Formats: sequence, structure tokens, C-alpha cells
Amino acid sequence: MGEVMLSIAQLNKSFDTAGGQVKALHEVNLDVQQGEFITVIGPSGCGKSTLLRIVAGLDTGYTGSVTLEGQTIGGPGIDKGFIFQEHRLFPWLTVEKNIASDLPLSRQDVRQKVDELIELVKLTGFEKAYPRELSGGMAQRVAIARALLRNPKILLLDEPFGALDAFTRAHMQAVLLEIWRKNRTTMIFVTHDIDEAVFLGNRVVILEPRPGKIRKIVPVDLPYPRKKTTTSFQELRLRVLNVFEKVEELELTDGAGI
Amino acid sequence: MSNGVEMVVKSAKTVREAHDYTGTAPFSASNKQKRAYSVRTKTLLSDWAAGAAIPVAVIVLWQLGGSAGWISPEFLPAPWSILSAFAGLAASGELLHHLGVSIGRAGLGYVIGGVLGLLFGVLTGLFRKAEYLLDPSVQVLRLVPHLAIAPLIILWFGFGEVSKVAIILSGAFFPLYINTFMGIRSVDNKLFEVARVLGFGPLQKLHRLILPAALPGILLGLRLSMAVAWIGLVVAELIGSSSGVGFLINEAKQNSNTEVIFVGIIIFAIVGKLIDSLFRVIERKLLHWRDSYQG
Repeated sequence: MGEVMLSIAQLNKSFDTAGGQVKALHEVNLDVQQGEFITVIGPSGCGKSTLLRIVAGLDTGYTGSVTLEGQTIGGPGIDKGFIFQEHRLFPWLTVEKNIASDLPLSRQDVRQKVDELIELVKLTGFEKAYPRELSGGMAQRVAIARALLRNPKILLLDEPFGALDAFTRAHMQAVLLEIWRKNRTTMIFVTHDIDEAVFLGNRVVILEPRPGKIRKIVPVDLPYPRKKTTTSFQELRLRVLNVFEKVEELELTDGAGI
Repeated sequence: MSNGVEMVVKSAKTVREAHDYTGTAPFSASNKQKRAYSVRTKTLLSDWAAGAAIPVAVIVLWQLGGSAGWISPEFLPAPWSILSAFAGLAASGELLHHLGVSIGRAGLGYVIGGVLGLLFGVLTGLFRKAEYLLDPSVQVLRLVPHLAIAPLIILWFGFGEVSKVAIILSGAFFPLYINTFMGIRSVDNKLFEVARVLGFGPLQKLHRLILPAALPGILLGLRLSMAVAWIGLVVAELIGSSSGVGFLINEAKQNSNTEVIFVGIIIFAIVGKLIDSLFRVIERKLLHWRDSYQG
């Protein structure tokens, strides 16, 4: 850690809708260190997905600066891995071919890397399975392996475990932390689950909506592996929850609704 | 398909999923596979028997009616006399010759029409400019029954082979064109985002994403085009020809040889069905990854 990997400065983003311009992000500033695990949390419509998509290069038309290792982000690319809420695997490809996607498995180095990743995401034995044969958690692990194959500088995860049940979700969190421990990939993880945000992140970025801006950044200096039952975890969780509730109050008094 | 197979597949899946949490789970469904095999053949046979029941009953009644003299043989010859006419034509080699000529014509028209349909479909599917330029004209032409332009084609090209192939290809073009276009346009936009994130180039996008995703539509188009080509063939041969199964039927009509008309009709039906089945097998092979309702 130490070096700044991603730098977001004075980021503003608006969308044109039928009802006029809607401000999605307002004056967002955030520096992410190399190897850091950032979790982003906020109510619906706070622009957390938009923020992630801008970093990925999927959304453009913003003002301000977003730089990855000093370079302005020009568009999507393999240096920025992206995990969507749905697994978005290619249904006609097997697990191993999905992970390799455009690279041929006949290449020695690709084959080796794919095998390593299958082991890392604990899918040994499922190399030849098709996406329809996988459970939601397994499919999402394939998606993570697919993103990791290209050795991304940063991994962007957009509510990746949102559609999973509580047990699978806890299991996936453990898998992700293990990957992070082994690879030290910089992570930005968007979620709407406070427990998840505190459990995973070095820092929790709390956004407030309309317009989306950073309300507070809460550092989580608990050692890994964390336990959700400890008092120190619960204290931090409450701190985040307190900020979060103020955000929600604000939203309700605004009469905006959720 | 059958419930038995589905259940075995499902249970194999849950076994794998149960192993999943421990991390290492090899495929282990071999002992179940043997049982599944006999179940599968049994249900396949009973499915097949269900499909054959009605045709068999009709043929039996028909033969009984013919033998009893209730039906005039000029109007509706009995199955047995149709069969003997068939045997006679087959033995003389006549049938094979005409069938070969017919398949050659249909095949040529189908290939030319199909290639054009696929090409235009890919173009209009991929590029909106091509769609705006070409699609309206194609849609107008599509709504003209292709058999209605057959007289015009004959006027232009005469009664030779060219006009026959032209009639067939003008029919075969449209189903493949439309289904290729629709297949490409129904590719999930979310997967395009994945292609962007993974940094696919234009060629990779076509080859790794668009064509595989559009394959169900393309294969459906291939099958429908084949059926239309087959219909076009019959019309082309009935209008005027000196060989082919259609000619056989036409000639039999002039000689009041009703059995031979039936032989021709049955040949068209059987060969058509065989080709269609072949396409279904190919479809199942190529699209086994799909997770759709099997009935």
C-alpha cells in the first residue's frame, strides 16, 4: 500500500432525462491506494453504480478528473475488471472457456492461468460445466475468475452478491477476501448491505443521494479475518448505520422517497 | 423430453452443488448414468409410438376401405397399390433419378438463397445504416408471395433450370434473412457491455458474441428456408419440367395414374421430413447450452 492507484477529483455527472437534467454525482473526491479494499454504500439513486461505471470507462460525459495510475480513463479495458450484479457469463461457453473468453485455451500460459484461477475460486471439477448448470454463487465466482485472468489493476464490483442468499453471500465474501489476500488487487466494491461493507472494506465510503455525493468515509481498522459478532465490529457497524440513517432522514424530509 | 431424464439431470446437479461448498467436486454421476440410459430409451420408444398411432390407424382403415371396394382406386388408390407403384418406380431407377434432379435443384436454390439471406441478415443486423437502406425494400418484397412472381421468372428465364433455381432461391432467401436479423438484434445488450469490459475488438465481438448468440435464430432460419425451398421446388417443377419428382406427379396426372401422384407426394413428405430432422439434430448439437423449457 501507499501509492495512489485511483484518483477521483471534483467529479460531476449529470444525466439527461425526459424531466430535464438530473445530477447523479456532485463534487466527488476520492483517492484509492494500491491494494486497498474500498466499499461504497448508499441508498438507491445515490449514484454508486454510476461512480463505478465511470471508473470502468463504461459511462462518459462527466466533468472533473478520474485517473488510474496517473492516466485519464479513456474507455473500458482489461486493466479494469468489472463484476456485474448478474454473472453475465456467455451461456454457450463452458466454465473454462468463459474464463478464457477471447484467449485460446490451447495456449500454454492461458491454460495454466485458467487452471490456477479455477482453483482460486474453488471450482475444480466444474471446468466443463455450462452456466445453466451452475448455482448463482458458482456463476459469480466464474465471473470473478474471468475478470482476474487479465490481471486487472483494479477490480470493480457492482453489488455482485446482491442476488445471492445469506449463506452463499457469506461464503462469497470469504472467497473474495481470500483472493484479495493472495493477489492484492485493488478493489472497489459497491453494496447496499452495511454488514458487507464493514466486513470487507479498509474504508467504507457512504454516499448520499440527490445529488450523489460523499457523506462520510469511515475507516475500518479491524484486522482480517473479521468476525461479525465481535463488539468492535458491531461498534463500527453502528457508526456506519448512524451516518446512513442521517442520510435516509435527509432523504425523507426532502420528500423524495426511495 | 421425459420426466425421468430431467430428474436424473437435476439430481446430478444437486449432488454437484452439494460438493460445491467443500470446494473440490469432481463430476460423479456415472452410476446414475446407466440407469438413466435404459429409462431414456424406454421413454423415447413410447414417445415415438404415441406419434405413430394416428398415421398407422389411418393407413389401416384406408387399406380396409380400398380392399372392400368402398373407395374407387382412381380417386384414392389403396396403400398397397401405392406401395407397389413405389416399388416399380424404385426398381426401374426412375424414382432415384427424378429425386436426384429435384434435390439438386432445391439444394442449389437453397444454398444461393440462403447465403444471400444470411449475408443480408448479418449486414442489416449489425449496421443500422444497412438496415435503413435495405430492410424496407426486403420487407416489401417479402410480402409478395414468392409463388406469385414465378410466372414472371419464367417469362424472364424461360422453362430451363435457371428459372427453377430462381423460384426456389427467391423463397429461401427471406426466412433466413429475417431470422438472422432478429437473432442478431435479440442479443442481450448486457453481454455487449461485458465484451467492452473484456476489451473485445470488432472481429472478436462478431465471432465470440454476436454469432453464437444469434445462432438459435440463424438455425431456425435455415430450417424455415429449407421448408420454403422445398415448396418452391414443387411449384417450379409442376409449372413445367421434364424431370424431377414434380414432373413425375404432373405426368401421372395427365395419365390418371393416381398411385404415382401419391408416390410423389409421399416422397416429398418423407425427404422433407428427413431433412428437417437432420436440421433438428444439428440444432440440438449446437444449442445444447440453452436452458429452455423442454415440455
